[in-house]
Order: sequence, then structure tokens, then C-alpha cells
Amino acid sequence: MSGFFDLPSDLQHSYAGLIGLHLREALLPVLAGLLVSLPIAQLCVRFRWIYPPVLGITTVLYAIPSLAFFVVLIDYFGQSETTVMIPLALYSLVVLVPAIVDGVRSVPPETLAAAQAMGFGAVRRYFQVQLPIAVPAIIAGLRVATVSSISLVSVGMLIGNQGALGNMLYDAQTYHRPALAVNSVLTIAVLGILADAALVLVRLLLTPWMPRKGATR
Amino acid sequence: MIRIDSVTKRYPDGTVAVDRLSLDIPDRAITVLVGPSGCGKTTTLRMINRMVEPSEGSILLDGRDIRQQPVNTLRRSMGYVIQNAGLFQHRTILDNIATVPRLLGWTKQRARARAAELMERVGLDSALAKRYPYQLSGGQQQRVGVARALAADPPVLLMDEPFSAVDPVVRKGLQDELLRIQDELGKTIVFVTHDIDEAIKLGTKVAVLRTGGRLAQFAPPAELLSAPADPFVEDFLGADRGIRRLSFFPSTGLELQTGPVVPIDADAGKLAARAATAPYLLVTDLDGRPLGWSEPDRLTAGAIDRERLLDHGRPFVPGTDSLRTALDGAVLSPTGWAVAVDGEGRAVGVVSQQVIGEAIRAAHGEVAEHADAKAGR
Amino acid sequence: MNVLNFAHAFFSDSAHWHGYDGIPTRFAEHIKYSLEALLIATAIGLPVGLFTGHTGRGGNALAFIATAGRALPSFGLLVLMFIWIGFGLLPVMIPLVVLAVPPILVTTYEAVRSVDPSPVDAARGMGMPEARVLLQVEVPVALPLILSGLRTAAIQIVSTATIAAYVSLGGLGRYIIDGLYQKNYEKVVGGATLVAGLALATLAVFWAASRITVSQGVRRSA
Repeated sequence: MSGFFDLPSDLQHSYAGLIGLHLREALLPVLAGLLVSLPIAQLCVRFRWIYPPVLGITTVLYAIPSLAFFVVLIDYFGQSETTVMIPLALYSLVVLVPAIVDGVRSVPPETLAAAQAMGFGAVRRYFQVQLPIAVPAIIAGLRVATVSSISLVSVGMLIGNQGALGNMLYDAQTYHRPALAVNSVLTIAVLGILADAALVLVRLLLTPWMPRKGATR
Repeated sequence: MIRIDSVTKRYPDGTVAVDRLSLDIPDRAITVLVGPSGCGKTTTLRMINRMVEPSEGSILLDGRDIRQQPVNTLRRSMGYVIQNAGLFQHRTILDNIATVPRLLGWTKQRARARAAELMERVGLDSALAKRYPYQLSGGQQQRVGVARALAADPPVLLMDEPFSAVDPVVRKGLQDELLRIQDELGKTIVFVTHDIDEAIKLGTKVAVLRTGGRLAQFAPPAELLSAPADPFVEDFLGADRGIRRLSFFPSTGLELQTGPVVPIDADAGKLAARAATAPYLLVTDLDGRPLGWSEPDRLTAGAIDRERLLDHGRPFVPGTDSLRTALDGAVLSPTGWAVAVDGEGRAVGVVSQQVIGEAIRAAHGEVAEHADAKAGR
Repeated sequence: MNVLNFAHAFFSDSAHWHGYDGIPTRFAEHIKYSLEALLIATAIGLPVGLFTGHTGRGGNALAFIATAGRALPSFGLLVLMFIWIGFGLLPVMIPLVVLAVPPILVTTYEAVRSVDPSPVDAARGMGMPEARVLLQVEVPVALPLILSGLRTAAIQIVSTATIAAYVSLGGLGRYIIDGLYQKNYEKVVGGATLVAGLALATLAVFWAASRITVSQGVRRSA
């Protein structure tokens, strides 16, 4: 036994099951972060004075170690997936809000003026002009947020095995099976890289108007 | 002299930017490379300081192949001015100008003293020395660019569309300034532009390049205007090249009439006598400066009303201004007569459109004879 | 509410202020780990970023390395290195450096690449050697962005260096890990507050560094 993909039974999941769990714990928070950061970013664009304080708050949030965040939340949500996902959602806010603000601000003023002159209302202008042009910047932010979220889930192992693939790290130590740790680290890294590639693909599909050269960033 | 000897620049993707170009660029004169975009004018310029290496052919500076000296030594001996000036935004104006002297190993003190001297030469207020580029207007930045290129007193100045990014009024000022500096310094200047008017104004000789990097014509501007080598050059010069060409004919030979010029305090007798000389009289103030035209019978001796005189258009200075300015003055004047003034602005005579027209025909005739003689006909 | 009470209780307990487990000791340890990791990451990321940014080549490879670096889980790497190497500073340094190199590398590359090409062209045209073009023309203009990459890296290091405590080293993470095992939330919150405070101090240091090193001409024209 002890093949690379054979997992100890105390993990209560197959390898594929852990991957599914890991992706759910990592991606749901990013999705939530995206949904929350869109209106926040729009507020920051509309009312410029909001942006510096928002940036300040998010930076402080970012500086709080994920582990400390988890531990404090145990008090409220127990040793659960929610406890892991809330900090991850907050971290993705920190990355996404500035990315979206910069992206929306980078829309050339003459483009906005043209849209206004053609009779676009504020809402239509946002959805049909500003947001599409900001897509590359938003995706760039999503890439960073997604990859770090996938990597951070593993810390959840410390709060009662809520770290999905990260839980293999615990068993690696307990059963002295370094291969489990290698498996965990590599699987998480590959998931991150694949998610990143998928987002690049999404960007290419959403922005056929962008020049193809230098599409990597 | 810079000799460009059948130089070709071919890029890896097969595009030919410059195609077997040969040019002899004279010393102490402004040679302008002009042409539409994609004609290889900038590539040609950049090959002179080896920012671009030719694929074939060679470039000689005073008889020596430019590849014989270290590339940075070569570049430091040539001033380089580019569009938008390319100033270093993290350095003060003074330190920007002092760049090449510092590269040549001058002490900071000496380099800055030299930079201060150059600021004055290009017409920059010394109060700007400690400023940063962002604090300067586009025109001022471009002056800094020129000063920086001149700082080490290089014999050669390469200018790549230096005035393209500034508005027309500022551009004219910069062009005049360049001509003035060139009068003082006598550099060998190679100047790239896409603006044919700029080429004709600044160039001692103008090389017109066509798309694909081939030379269409290399001639002094007057010759370019009078005898474009082919339809491409003719088209590039624009529709009014005939009028523009007049800029190169002096107004010296114009026969001025002094009869129609009367001072504002002229008596009835004088007015009557002068009325016979022309259909209109030019009234001047007591110093002789032109005030305006009038029909003689509308003038009452001793009671000439300045307000009722017709505008006299733009006067020209015979000898200094060209036939183009004289003709322009006549066309702008409601009477069809141009006013000639001396350096002080005092009227020295008037000349009709007909007379100017005869002078133009005569001038063309001379040029044609000259050209025939040159052609050995 | 709760959190504030915990923090207050933690900081008003005088036992937390001295000894080998006192705040000053843990603070100094944390700063030491963070500085070492930042220095190593800078020594790797900065030169490579400067060089690739200057030549403009290798952008794709760099983007991939950065993504891979970000994708490697710091905590997992720590456990793995601990299993492989055993007790010591090295198993902690490796994940911290892997964490910090991507932002330094990518931001430096982008910073140098996005410098306005015309002053660079002018500098070359005036006969400036390449090394000087990089150090005297590109870097001064790229400096604000380069510093922002270093700042991001530094803050991530400060926040992540807490995991050192998991492999029995010191630093502010001690309070968080010990607090977790002892179910002593006072300690956890206290430790987290100290880490966040250190991160803010890091921000301040970078802000000051950029005030001092970035030319007024660059700061104002940006």
C-alpha cells in the first residue's frame, strides 16, 4: 500500500474528493469577494475620497496572518469551512478592489464622453463600456486572488482539519510519510497553475478585441 | 562630411526600411530628411549614430567608417534630439543638460557651468535650472533637449522630428531659434521631419524619401520647389509650391513708387499733385509710418480722418523679405498695392500687384536660364 | 467587542512584556526572520527583474515562474521542508522566499519595462553605456513601482512568518500557535494585533524610503 495517491482513511476523502473540497473552499470565497468588490470598487470610482481609506482598511486586513484570522473566527463559526472561507474572501477583496478600480479608471475619458454623447445612461455605460474594458485588469486581479486562495486553504488544516488537501500535511507528519506532503504541495500548486491558465483562457474569450501578443499578463 | 554610401536596412521579417540610399551630407549646414511615414527617414538618422546598424553599405564620417570607433565614443560626438525631448524626469534641467559632459568625465562643477551657459544660448531662463522637466512646457522641454544635445559642443547634431509634438506657434519659435543658433554655431545638422514646410524652412539641402526607403530627390529647397524630380515629389510638396517657391526670390529688385505716399499733414496742392500718380494714395503719419489707403478725392487737406482710411495690409521690407511676402502684402491690401517699409517701419514706397507679377516672371526666367546653363543647353 | 477585550487583556498582562516569551523578544525574532527572508528574496528577484525588464526578454517565462511561486502553498512547503530538513531556520526561509520572490520579480520587471522609452532612447543616443542606462535612467524612474513590489513582498513575509512557530521557532506566531493549542484567544488576538502592527510599520518604512529615494521630478510627474 502507501502508493502516492493512497490516502490514510482518517482524511475521510479520496484524492479526488479532497481536490473537490479544496476547490470549493478556495473558489467560493473568491467568487464572494468578486461580487462584493464590484460595488465597492464602483463606489471608489464614483467618490474618489473613499478610495484611500478603503485601501488602508484592506491593507490592514491583508496584514493579519490567515491563521490568526481562522482562530479568532472559531469563536463564532466553530471549526468549520466557513471559518476558513471568510478570511479568504476578505483577502480576495484586498486584491480585487484595487484591480477593479484601476481597471475602470483606465477607461479613456474620451471613450466615456463618447458613450455619454451617444446617450448611454449611467447603468448601461457601466455594464456595456466600463466593465468590459476593465475585464483584463479584473482578470489579472482574479488570477492573483484565486492562486493565493488555493494556496492558503491548506492552513485550514491547523483548525481541526479544515484544510482539504492541506490535511495531508498533518498525516505526512503523523505517519512519517513525506510523500503525502509532496503530494499535497504539488497538487495545490498544480491546481493553482491550472486555475490561473483557465482565467487566462476566460480573458481571451471575453476580450477578443485585445491584441493577442503579450497575452500572458 | 557624412557620407551615406549605398546603405540598406533590412529587418529580419523582410521589411526594407532603407533601400540602397546614398547621400553626401554637407558640413556646417542643415540637411533635412523628409518623407511620408515608413520612408525610412528616422532609420537613416539612427544609422548615423549606430542606434540602428545597416544591413549593407557603410557610413563615413570625415572619410572614416563610423564603425571604426567605439560606439559610445561616436555617439558622444554627436548631439541627439528626439521628439518629446526624452528628458530624464528624475533630474533637474541643469543636470539633464550636463549629461554628456558628465559622461565625458567632466567635473560636476564644470559640466553644470557649461549647462548654464547653454540654457542661455537656447533662450531658457536661468531660473529654470533647478526645476524638473514636469514643471516645463512642451516648448521649453524641447529647448532643454536641444541644449542637452549641444552640451559637449559636438560637431554633428542629429534631430529626429524634434518639433513635431508642439503646437504650431511654439514650433515656429523653435524653428527660428534653431536657425539663429545654427548661424552662431555652424553645426552639421541632420534633421528628420514629415513636415515639408519645416523642411523647406530649415533645410540647406532637403532629401525627399519615398515609402520603402528610396531617395526621391536631394536638392536645395528652391530647386525642389522649382523642379521636382518626379510626380511623387511634386505631390509631396503640395498644391501651392509655386507660391511657396517665391520665398526664395528676394524683393530687392522691385521698383517702388514713392508718388502715392503722402503724409497726413499734406496740403491741398500736394494732394492734388500726387493724386495724378495712382488711383489710391497711402497716408502716413508724421514719422512716415503707413496709416492706410484712400481714394484721392476722399481726402481733404488738413482734415484727414485716420478712421476712414482703408487698411494697408502687411508691409514688406525690400531686400530682407521675399517676393512671397511682398505678394502677400499686395493680395491682402484692398487696393492691390503692397507697402514697402524700412527697418524702422517707415514707408519707403508702394508697389502694385502687376509690378510684383512682372518681378516674379523675371525671377523665374533667371532661374530657368541658370538651370539651362547648368544643364549645358 | 470580544476581540477588543482579548487584545486589551493580552497587552495589559505584564507577564507578556518580558522574558524569552516576552513581546520584545518575539518582536525582534519576527523582524529578524522577515528581514532575512526579504533580503534573500530581493537578492534573487531584483537583479533578475532589472535585467529582464531592461532587455524586455523573458517576460513569459517570468510570468510563469511568478504564477508557480504564488501557487506553491507556503504552509505546505514549510511542513514538507520540515519533514525533509528537520528543525532549523532553513525550512522557514524557503517558503518565505518562495512567497516573496514573485511580487519582487514581476513588479520590477514591469516597472523597468514600462519606463517611457524616449528618455532611454535619448540616453543611448548620447552614448550612455547600457549599465548606466539601466541604473541612472530606468531605475530612478521605475523606483516607485519597484518599491511597491518590495513592499507587497515585505508585508506578505511579515504576515506569513507566523508559520515559523509551527516548526517550533519563535516570532510573533508563537502567540498565535500557542494560543490555538491552549485555547487561549487572548494570545491569538494579541499576536495577530502585533503582526498587523508590524505590517503597518513596514508600510510606513516603505513610505519613508520612497520619500527619500524617489526624485521629486519622478514623484510629481507620475
